[in-house]
Amino acid sequence: MATIEVGGKTYETDEEGYLVNLSDWDADVANHIATTENITMTDQHWEVINFLREYFEEYQIAPAVRVLTKAIGKKLGADKGTSEYLYALYPYGPGKQACKIAGLPKPTGCV
Amino acid sequence: MADVAAPPYRVIPIIPALKPGAMEGVKPFIAGDKINTAIGFPGELVADWHDKAIAKMGELLAKYRSLKVYMDACVHCGACADKCHYFIGTQDPKNMPVARQDLMRSVYRRYFTLPGKLFPKLVGARDLTREVLDEWYSYFHQCSECRRCSVFCPYGIDTAEVTMAAREILDAVGYGQKYSNEIIGKVHRIGNNLGLPGPALRDTLEGLEEDVKDATGIDVRFPIDVKGADVLLITPSADFFAEPHIDSLVGYAKVFHATGTSWTLSSMASEAGNFGMFIGNYEQLRSIALRIREVALELGVKRIVVGECGHAWRVAYSFWNTLTGVGDGAEAGDHFAQLLQKQLDHRYKQPTHICEFTWDAIERGLLRFDKSKNDRHIITFHDSCNVARGSRMGDFAGGQFEIPRNIIKAVANNFYEMSPETTREQTFCCGGGGGLLTDDLIDLRVKGALPRMEVLQQVVDEHGVNFMATICAICKAQFTKVLPIYGFDRRLVGGVHQLVSNAIILGDN
Repeated sequence: MATIEVGGKTYETDEEGYLVNLSDWDADVANHIATTENITMTDQHWEVINFLREYFEEYQIAPAVRVLTKAIGKKLGADKGTSEYLYALYPYGPGKQACKIAGLPKPTGCV
Repeated sequence: MADVAAPPYRVIPIIPALKPGAMEGVKPFIAGDKINTAIGFPGELVADWHDKAIAKMGELLAKYRSLKVYMDACVHCGACADKCHYFIGTQDPKNMPVARQDLMRSVYRRYFTLPGKLFPKLVGARDLTREVLDEWYSYFHQCSECRRCSVFCPYGIDTAEVTMAAREILDAVGYGQKYSNEIIGKVHRIGNNLGLPGPALRDTLEGLEEDVKDATGIDVRFPIDVKGADVLLITPSADFFAEPHIDSLVGYAKVFHATGTSWTLSSMASEAGNFGMFIGNYEQLRSIALRIREVALELGVKRIVVGECGHAWRVAYSFWNTLTGVGDGAEAGDHFAQLLQKQLDHRYKQPTHICEFTWDAIERGLLRFDKSKNDRHIITFHDSCNVARGSRMGDFAGGQFEIPRNIIKAVANNFYEMSPETTREQTFCCGGGGGLLTDDLIDLRVKGALPRMEVLQQVVDEHGVNFMATICAICKAQFTKVLPIYGFDRRLVGGVHQLVSNAIILGDN
């Protein structure tokens, strides 16, 4: 099993760098994973991550892209409630890339 | 994401130069102990893998006469050699369909034919060594089971079946693929490939009802787990989750609304996909299909309709009858299959593809469209491999090609075909089918998409095409990822029912 180390703490990951234990997640490891994905975390990035984690806590799955865009739109204004906005923040796809940084399991299937 | 580059377009058509070993060692992640044991496979490569693999191969050869014929019949004529999108894109000679099959055929000869047992070197027979097993794992996961090569084989060898058998043998010795096996575990545990639990599904569907109401002013419902509904819709779980998939789900709901159909989704059978087929495992294929029978009986539905999912339609159209009793063919002693056959209304095709449902409604004048709503789209249609070569629609030969096109032409004004050597039964795989739609194979997926991207580029240049419609969740996800690497907008791909959704007129106005 692979691991990553940040600030002296060890985090277990799967082959693709997703955290194995959801409860291990913290802001340090999120920033670290973001760096490996060539993403510099800004407040806008964190808004998405925080929503993903809230949604996951309630539903045990990341939200559908449409649910996410709608929630972001409601919170931050309609101009940001678009998949273009999310793709600009997370170019490899908000579903997978943002989940990885948020410490959530990777969505599987035909997505 | 690794740095992945699109290969340059070829001057069409040419047979690519060979690059031996180009994809050697390329392989998807191996399934771990937890994933394998959850679905009844050994947790890791077993110590006596050699004997177990040969025994499994013997079992499959006895069970599937077709496999034995395919092992014996090939004369290496080469008709298939340049027909595989992965060969074209990777130029690795082992991705020629004949060479891929020979990875297994050489082992078959060694252990199951007299000349191979006596004079292995003379007949190209090989021992099953660890190197050979690893080679199987690598190259049988560079085939999407799309069966394009089979169309050109003068003997009708179904290469996909060889790949399925190889994967079945690998799983039997604990050497399965993470992506497919993890998904199969989820469909049993949670009800769909995504792992979307009931409450999340309900929340998503409620959100869609709000969206459609906001956009149209009409209350279009997305019902779930409704007992006594007439129609059970079985659709890929990506339709609830991903873009552009979800737009087609909205399209199905609008068609049901406009035709006054009583319908429901199911939280337990919230997945049309059946990855049991991809790994060639009959028991998984059947147990995944049986969820649908269980739900159909429980809800008392009269009709089963399948959404836009390529391989699911192959499983539904070609195998559901004997697997589950949907359609004709259930065994007399199979109580629940008999029960379901009595319950379903046989005035309708069982199962029905959503495109058959919509086209029938159009022909009967039940739907009205404002075609101009799709005028911003200049459309082409990508036939999905499992629909094109593994199934049919309607009551005439080639219905699976005509019906989706008929729908597009009924709802939109601008439609252009791609080059005929790459559509209908000769269609190219999207590059992500057959259990290969995983990030760890992204390089292979990009290369495998090359022949489709080349002909797409032609219609983009000649006609300004900006929308490639398709009826498969895998095609949609694969193209969304791969199109930008070839310089296209990811939103260039979408569903047929996405176009239906754009143009359909709801309500009285």
